[in-house]
Amino acid sequence: MDFLVGLLNAMPGAVAQGIIWGFMAIGVYITFRILDVADLTVDGSFTTGGATCVILTLNGVNMGLALLISFIAGLLAGLVTGLFHTKFGIPAILAGILTQLGLYSINLHIMGWGTKNGSAANLQVSVDRYKLLVAGRYVRDLSLNNPLIVLVIIIPIIIAILYWFFGTEIGASLRATGANDNMARAQGINTDVTKVLGLMISNGIVAFSGALFAQYQGFSDVNMGRGAIVIGLAAVIIAEVVFGKVFRNFSAKLLGCVFGAVIYYIVIQIVLKMGLSTDDLKLLSALVVAVFLALPYWKSKYFSKVGNKGE
Amino acid sequence: MLEIKNIYKTFNPGTVNEKAALKGLSLTLEEGDFVTVIGGNGAGKSTMLNAIAGVWPLDQGQIIIDKTDVTSLPEYKRAKFIGRVFQDPMTGTAATMQIDENLALAARRGQKRGLKTNLSKADTEEFKSLLAFLDLGLEERLTSKVGLLSGGQRQALTLLMATIQKPKVLLLDEHTAALDPKTAATVLKATEKIVNKNNLTTLMITHNMKDAITYGNRLVMMNDGKIILDIRGEEKKKLTVEALLHEFEKASGVEFTSDSAILG
Repeated sequence: MDFLVGLLNAMPGAVAQGIIWGFMAIGVYITFRILDVADLTVDGSFTTGGATCVILTLNGVNMGLALLISFIAGLLAGLVTGLFHTKFGIPAILAGILTQLGLYSINLHIMGWGTKNGSAANLQVSVDRYKLLVAGRYVRDLSLNNPLIVLVIIIPIIIAILYWFFGTEIGASLRATGANDNMARAQGINTDVTKVLGLMISNGIVAFSGALFAQYQGFSDVNMGRGAIVIGLAAVIIAEVVFGKVFRNFSAKLLGCVFGAVIYYIVIQIVLKMGLSTDDLKLLSALVVAVFLALPYWKSKYFSKVGNKGE
Repeated sequence: MLEIKNIYKTFNPGTVNEKAALKGLSLTLEEGDFVTVIGGNGAGKSTMLNAIAGVWPLDQGQIIIDKTDVTSLPEYKRAKFIGRVFQDPMTGTAATMQIDENLALAARRGQKRGLKTNLSKADTEEFKSLLAFLDLGLEERLTSKVGLLSGGQRQALTLLMATIQKPKVLLLDEHTAALDPKTAATVLKATEKIVNKNNLTTLMITHNMKDAITYGNRLVMMNDGKIILDIRGEEKKKLTVEALLHEFEKASGVEFTSDSAILG
């Protein structure tokens, strides 16, 4: 009984965190599924978003502007990875790792902005003193302060904007680049530009998600984005496994990413309540994602009716 | 319409895999020329088309399309002038996108792409009538994903995409080679129909000598990175496979080695 009560108590928080990470998962979906690139920049750009939002809030910038600038900071992170990839000829995965590594220093400096030694590993922002959009403290309150309200409103807005964008000429050429870049070039699309653009939009959304998450937990931390790519992938894959047959429309697939992240957080809460140590959480996440990534491969290899199984 | 002036291309220079693929190739196409290209394996046929399309930079030489020197233009910029259909049916279309979306992408080849909707109602109507021209029933399946189509259907669609914006030059790289004979014949018929309707300047590589003789107004034969034979007009109409083989042996000094080209 205690177990159930505890779990139920944890649910609103799990859902709220799930939605925030769900936005992050949408960013991952754009690179991983639409652009067909595994972009590891996100581990850094998630933190960049959080750090930027917190430092701006502490310096009296209003929340809307702080979120916008966080988003732009993410765009720039994506731009760097994109240029590493297209102009330096570095493989996409490695380009993302390089940006992520560089961002670690930048994130320290963002959080240390205006301080004596100019760098800080974390930064508090208390909801008592600052006006935050989403504060984790109120997640179980039955009031308008509850962050779940704002989060639920943001979901359709983000999905609607992306749905519109990917239906435009530029958005379609971005999709074509991911689907078949030979074809895209043959149709006069500058695939370097579309790849950079896709990486920028993805990281913009990821940074926005990081900005929300920092507010939610009341601080930004230089390690808050560690393993973000794995959580994002987990959400994308859970969505495909659970909703793949039902959610076929593009906007439904994006919504699926949010649901996928929520499911991920609920499952995490359950295993934590069952006694798993938080220290082992990342190991569990990595294994779960590895298995889910392997499923389509195993399926084609061992469960196809005909074919060579010895290969 | 298309001028290829003395072009050279060597792949992997300075390594054990060094391969001189084009060795001073020159070819000029007049407007409306439909040229079939034949030659043995490794003769440089596909390399020539890739050179025109700008897949990689040339070592030497010049390519001029409709009085514009495109030699230094990247592939995506040349696409404005060029329609392409590839040997592999997977290459020319985006499998995860719908038929109408693929056509809409192609319809904007060479134009600036902005934030207007990619797929307008007016487009849809136009696509329907264009697809009906192919006579494959695709006009009823506008919103199907291209990945669901057969190889022949995909090639026909690619052909339509390559010509929806009238290209200065149409490049067909053995575009029926991966299809079964019946489908190949259908796609070839569609090719001829579209080329004639739009009076397109066309280069078509084929491994089938009979097709090379039947289609087009001009035939060129390649060997070792150069053009070794160029037959046009009345002379081309009188060609036979035997005569062509004889010409090949005379011009190249080796025997023609592809059975499928002779028997096909």
